[in-house]
Amino acid sequence: MRHLLSIDDLGRDGIEEVCALATSFLEVTSREIPKVPALRGKTVATVFYEDSTRTRLSFETAAKRLSADTMSFSVSASSVKKGESLRDTVQTIEAMGVDAMVVRHGAAGAPHRVAEWVDAAVVNAGDGRHEHPTQALLDVFTLLKHRGSGFDGARVAIVGDVRRSRVARSTAKAMATLGADVTLVGPPTMLPESLECWPGDATSDLDDVLTKADVVYLLRIQHERVDGTRFPSLREYTTRYGLTVERAARLGPEVLIMHPGPMNRGVEIAPEVAEGPASVITEQVANGVAIRMAVLYSILGSGGPVA
Amino acid sequence: MLRGGRVIDASGERMADVRVADGRVVEVGAALTGDRVLDAEGCIVAPGLVDLHVHLREPGGEDAETIETGARAAALGGFTAVVAMPNTEPPQDDPAVVAAVLAAGAASVCDVHAAGAITRGRAGEELAPMGELHALGVRIFTDDGACVASAGVMRSALEYAGSLPGAVLGQHAEDPTLATGHMHEGEWSSRLGIPGRPAIAEETIIARDCALVELTGTPVHFLHVSTAGSVEIVRAARARGLPVTAEVAPHHFTLTDACCASFDPRYKVHPPLRTEADIAAIKAGLADGTIDAIASDHAPHPTESKERPFEDAPPGMLGLETALALTLTELVEPGVLSLTDALARLSWGPAAIAGLAEHGRTIEAGASANLCVIDPRLEWQVEAERLASRARNTPYEGRRLTGKARHTICRGEAVVIDGEAQR
Repeated sequence: MRHLLSIDDLGRDGIEEVCALATSFLEVTSREIPKVPALRGKTVATVFYEDSTRTRLSFETAAKRLSADTMSFSVSASSVKKGESLRDTVQTIEAMGVDAMVVRHGAAGAPHRVAEWVDAAVVNAGDGRHEHPTQALLDVFTLLKHRGSGFDGARVAIVGDVRRSRVARSTAKAMATLGADVTLVGPPTMLPESLECWPGDATSDLDDVLTKADVVYLLRIQHERVDGTRFPSLREYTTRYGLTVERAARLGPEVLIMHPGPMNRGVEIAPEVAEGPASVITEQVANGVAIRMAVLYSILGSGGPVA
Repeated sequence: MLRGGRVIDASGERMADVRVADGRVVEVGAALTGDRVLDAEGCIVAPGLVDLHVHLREPGGEDAETIETGARAAALGGFTAVVAMPNTEPPQDDPAVVAAVLAAGAASVCDVHAAGAITRGRAGEELAPMGELHALGVRIFTDDGACVASAGVMRSALEYAGSLPGAVLGQHAEDPTLATGHMHEGEWSSRLGIPGRPAIAEETIIARDCALVELTGTPVHFLHVSTAGSVEIVRAARARGLPVTAEVAPHHFTLTDACCASFDPRYKVHPPLRTEADIAAIKAGLADGTIDAIASDHAPHPTESKERPFEDAPPGMLGLETALALTLTELVEPGVLSLTDALARLSWGPAAIAGLAEHGRTIEAGASANLCVIDPRLEWQVEAERLASRARNTPYEGRRLTGKARHTICRGEAVVIDGEAQR
């Protein structure tokens, strides 16, 4: 693997390989000294054009546990407006000597462009509304651990602002690639403008979907960006699309509840549900480090033994 | 003296030599003589091409293009007249700015006509001094780059322009409340996660403006029409006898939204690249005369401004040096348009819309010597580095095209000879 720009870069075999590697790394992270020398001498730069403590921390932790050096580059929105081109910025960073760049950007395709301009490997850590492939990998990894290899036919409901969600696009594709049956759920203002390139169906009837779901994946409602035209109010959203205590009570005992974080407790998910036994949300975060170790190792590693 | 060409104009076609002197055609006929002979053997001699829609970027954007370099690109593309859009900095909403553009144009190798803004600052709120601009010769008014989104403002502008002889309002039809994204809304935008600009953003404005034309009687010219629905609305309006005209840009009959999969902002343009079905409708509209003109929407941008992510880059692509070849390659070769109809869309059609009496004329004694000689069989490859434009943002890099302007005569001066700009 040269870069990881889209979940499409991997295919079923690729996803399974990364997940297998992540299983080994999960063991590493549980050791007393959770560190292996696999990427000693390599430098990983996180280049974030959007604020994200969680994803950046996850990547940096992953790099450090592989003994790579890390560099961190934040670009404020204002310096972009001053007119420095993305190309100049990433070539400057590369000139400092980096082997991989982990790029997050508010615009779709930014990591794809970066990959054309630098020799370093590029990992997409989220680009606009487009993709967030490592989130998708940690999501399927989490699900695989619960369902073993029996992924086929798992009925996954992805609920929220699917249209504007990079998590939804990557995770839906990854889950469908492994054989899950994906349904996208939200008001029509939040469903994709075209379903041609999405796996599965779309519906606005959450309660109907919940009667037959094995996994309920809730997307974060970005209410800081709410402009009043996607849905009328948070209260109405919660009433119609939130996983409330009442809705969760109707789910079967085997149903798993997932969320990419950070959660808006009381909006898309009730606090009791997030803390409840069906929730694997904290596990997703822990698996995120192992998955990102697996991705960085796949890209930068020598191919030798993991530990 | 242009020797041995096939003369094609609005009156028809014939084999003839054309002799030019003192800025005029003085003789059209067989076996003419002259002091200086330009070979037109195997070529078409046509009235100079007229581009209703170019961005020359001067004043304010000289790092992308100047009137001098843009006019040179135009001449190389076979154009003898262009209409410069008003989204300069400062904008062409003021007589002093328009006068400066016209003065620079007069010194260039192409006739440069300035479009005037409809509203002050192209902000869509208060009317620009249309009467003062009209007195300087402005006939096309547009806020291009921006839509006159307010129906009330558009109505007032149409009413007011009704008192200015020959004035036509050019609408950049994209409702800004719908066209909030960066590419055509559809399967590809959904796949790529790039926010969309739906076809209805264009179609609702065109439908609304047709109703306003019916009310006011003032002509409207729809700039860069790009959707099947728009073609249909314009066709219906013309069938009702409304004074509406329309142009299309070559990229809207050549490229589709699938190009955006590269995330390369050279494919970013407003209105956006559409679908195969839209291309088919545009070709049908060109063929049946619903669409009067092919206009390049030449939009130079400095290289660094396109070295950004798709969503952050400015919209627009170069077009002056490829418009003719794309018309010949994409429309004439496959039989969508006859050569004469193609020239009508590139020369006398647009000349009539802009009220340019000296362009697109029948080639006969007394006509102004604004001519182009086209080699319709020359095969060439687009190379950004070799374009005369100051900018490099062509989406056609490496593309092989057929047909090119060989000589261009502007105001009697041979400004391009054998594909080389003379100054």
